[in-house]
Amino acid sequence: MTQTIVHKTPQPVPVEREQRRERLAALAQRHGALAVLALVVIISSAVFPSFPTAENANGVAIQSSFLAVVALGMTFVIITGGIDLSVGSVFALGGVLAAYASQWGALPALLVPLAVCGAIGLLQGVLIAYTGMAPFIVTLAGLLGARGLLLAITEEGANTYLVPKDSAFLELGQGTLFGVGYPVYLAVLLFGLGGVLLQRTRYGQAVFAVGGSSDAAALMGLPVARIRVLTYLLSGLLAGFAGVLNASRLSSGVTILGVGLELDAIAAVVIGGTLLIGGAGTVSGTLCGVLLLGVIQNVINQIGSLNSSYQSVVSGGFLIVVVVVQTCLSRRRHLR
Amino acid sequence: MNQPVLDVRGVSRRFPGVLALDDVSLTVAPGEVHALVGENGAGKSTLIKILTGVYRPDAGEVHYRGEPVAFGRPLDAQAAGISTIYQEVNLVPLMSVARNLFLGREPRTRLGLIDVARMNREAAEQLARYGIEVDVRLPLRSLGLGAQQMVALARAVAVDARVVIMDEPTSSLEPREVDTLFRVVRELSGRGIAIVYVSHRLDELYQLCDRVTVLRDGRRVHTGELAQLDRLSLISLMLGRDAAEVRRDGLTGFSAHDAGDVEPILRVRDLSRAHQLHGISFDVRPGEVTGLGGLLGSGRSETAKAVVGALGADGEVTMAGRRLTRRSPAAAIRAGMAMLPEDRKAEGIVPGLSVRENIVLAAMPTLSRFGVVSRARQDRIVDTFMKRLRIKAASPEQKVSELSGGNQQKVLLARWLCLHPRLLLLDEPTRGIDVGAKAEVQALIDELAADGLAVVLISSDLEELVEGADRIVVLRAGAVVGELAGDDVTEDNIMTALAQEPAHD
Repeated sequence: MTQTIVHKTPQPVPVEREQRRERLAALAQRHGALAVLALVVIISSAVFPSFPTAENANGVAIQSSFLAVVALGMTFVIITGGIDLSVGSVFALGGVLAAYASQWGALPALLVPLAVCGAIGLLQGVLIAYTGMAPFIVTLAGLLGARGLLLAITEEGANTYLVPKDSAFLELGQGTLFGVGYPVYLAVLLFGLGGVLLQRTRYGQAVFAVGGSSDAAALMGLPVARIRVLTYLLSGLLAGFAGVLNASRLSSGVTILGVGLELDAIAAVVIGGTLLIGGAGTVSGTLCGVLLLGVIQNVINQIGSLNSSYQSVVSGGFLIVVVVVQTCLSRRRHLR
Repeated sequence: MNQPVLDVRGVSRRFPGVLALDDVSLTVAPGEVHALVGENGAGKSTLIKILTGVYRPDAGEVHYRGEPVAFGRPLDAQAAGISTIYQEVNLVPLMSVARNLFLGREPRTRLGLIDVARMNREAAEQLARYGIEVDVRLPLRSLGLGAQQMVALARAVAVDARVVIMDEPTSSLEPREVDTLFRVVRELSGRGIAIVYVSHRLDELYQLCDRVTVLRDGRRVHTGELAQLDRLSLISLMLGRDAAEVRRDGLTGFSAHDAGDVEPILRVRDLSRAHQLHGISFDVRPGEVTGLGGLLGSGRSETAKAVVGALGADGEVTMAGRRLTRRSPAAAIRAGMAMLPEDRKAEGIVPGLSVRENIVLAAMPTLSRFGVVSRARQDRIVDTFMKRLRIKAASPEQKVSELSGGNQQKVLLARWLCLHPRLLLLDEPTRGIDVGAKAEVQALIDELAADGLAVVLISSDLEELVEGADRIVVLRAGAVVGELAGDDVTEDNIMTALAQEPAHD
């Protein structure tokens, strides 16, 4: 049916109509998550008196900040057309390393995990960019490898490293400013920087180009392989940093954390309007996606009678809706 | 002529089994629009790939701006100032027009951030110079193909190109877009940029180009002013037939008489598809080989694909008296059509499967009962066709990829024949097959037609077409420009039909 439309459109009109449709589609893509988030927040505020309180909002923000940092890196990876399944394990590893290294002081607690997690990201990036292996496989190996490393450090999880009670490192995750936790500020700051990096630097443009058409990017003289490596490095660093924040907040490195976190991150990115096939996306959308997941979880907790497991069901439903809408939007355009 | 900017001297390039370029030379002066023409396999694309650094020549030299050069990869050629505009636009469709134009060399503020406002402004200015007025913040894909092509061109020129190679840039453009493109090309040439223009559309060449180089079978057969070469001579140079002969014999008028009084099994009426096919009509009769002739890009393969429903098109297709309303390859097969595609590697053969498996692939549904495939019936059919088509394989279980090109083609033929089709469409059935096997496949086509099958034969090999076909429908630029039958089926008549001035309205 669509085909006949394509055939019969007269010349001058469709370009304009097409461009208007294009603008609408772009708008839906970019701000859809924000609109849904606003809607959910308004409805929840009306229904649950305990929802629109400063305390509750603070809780949602703090809880979302860790996923947000992980999802930020994932946004870059997915825009290049890749995927990073290792972030959940890397997140947990970062936390354990931070707790372990905190015995030597605050700075090692920050730098040791970043170095190790960055190295994991770098290695994955090199394998993906230079050997042509599928990101899915390489980062699946990364997921298993990082989890294994973590088990080795903690002796199969038997050792839980605690952060010394007097360590300045605890301030990072537990400190507050105007009643809002540092992790929230840090996440917002990182998203600001991430937005600038993506939209206003040559690296960011190259990320879009690599995801949009890596052949064209290569023909236009962009260093495609280097861009990929940098992107996985960034993702590893951010996942590790989120782990560090979490360890500081919990005062310990919890080994069982982060299982399935990669899927939450991917869900948040996709709900935020980033195309899973790459080439388009925004960090602000990802932030909305993360908050939406956080709010859904919070609301389900508000409904005391509902099993909190239903959170995943609702999140999954959202994901399906978003992907269906995205597919419809982009199929329409591909048929031209 | 002033100092050439590009000077190719005696370049040769050999691929396994074939000399793709044999001592080819080409000089292009600044500001010149140089046409590069030739049929399939003439060596055009090999030459372009040598110029752009994809291949290296086995012999000969490429001089650029007076110096010998050897580009290791496309990027080097581009950096030196040789840009290529490909048939398919090589930009990033999802990114904005301005960002595409400036990708990798975006203007930056003192902080090192991209100056988006300046980028958009400069992009709009640059494009306006070529008559493209668009919102440069929109994604590239929202533009028409012509405008996209122009963005690619603007980008090529902005990176300081001295030579722009254009490989069939108009093949997917609207006439209006073509005009704009030509205006830009003329402006570029006015600024001293040399342009190598590859196209199969003769009208375009005569409108645009100063000189022409004709390649045939990897050799340069002619270089000279285009204006001094009439269409007929140009075509005969491309095809390697004698122009004087063609002119002397001329056309005896298109024969309207019907060779066969047999009722046509396939009637095609007014087949049309935007940019590609314009109202194509013809009939095919059982027991007859109907040839589709024309230069590359004339719409031969597209016509065949549209008939079997592999390519969407308007118009009527009637098979054995029944009009096909919903056209799809499956419906075409049910109606008794079978098509052998041009690119048998990509579209036909499954190299990893055995000869037997390849043959019975399409017949699977008729060979199976309740989803269980009868092996005995398979073996019987495979055996019959391997004998009948004289397929040379060690056994039915041999992998198809191990067979020669000719035998692969026969396996494909067998696959379709075991469906008992009434119409067979063959797109370049003998391309890439050695001479002996070629004759065998040709003999086979004759036999099949003699058995009452209707055959449509597409071939760029004039000789094959003339000898194989009882009737030839000549296509040019997606339209039928002549139909030859009986004694009128000669190479000369085909060429004359191809060389006619296009009917302008």
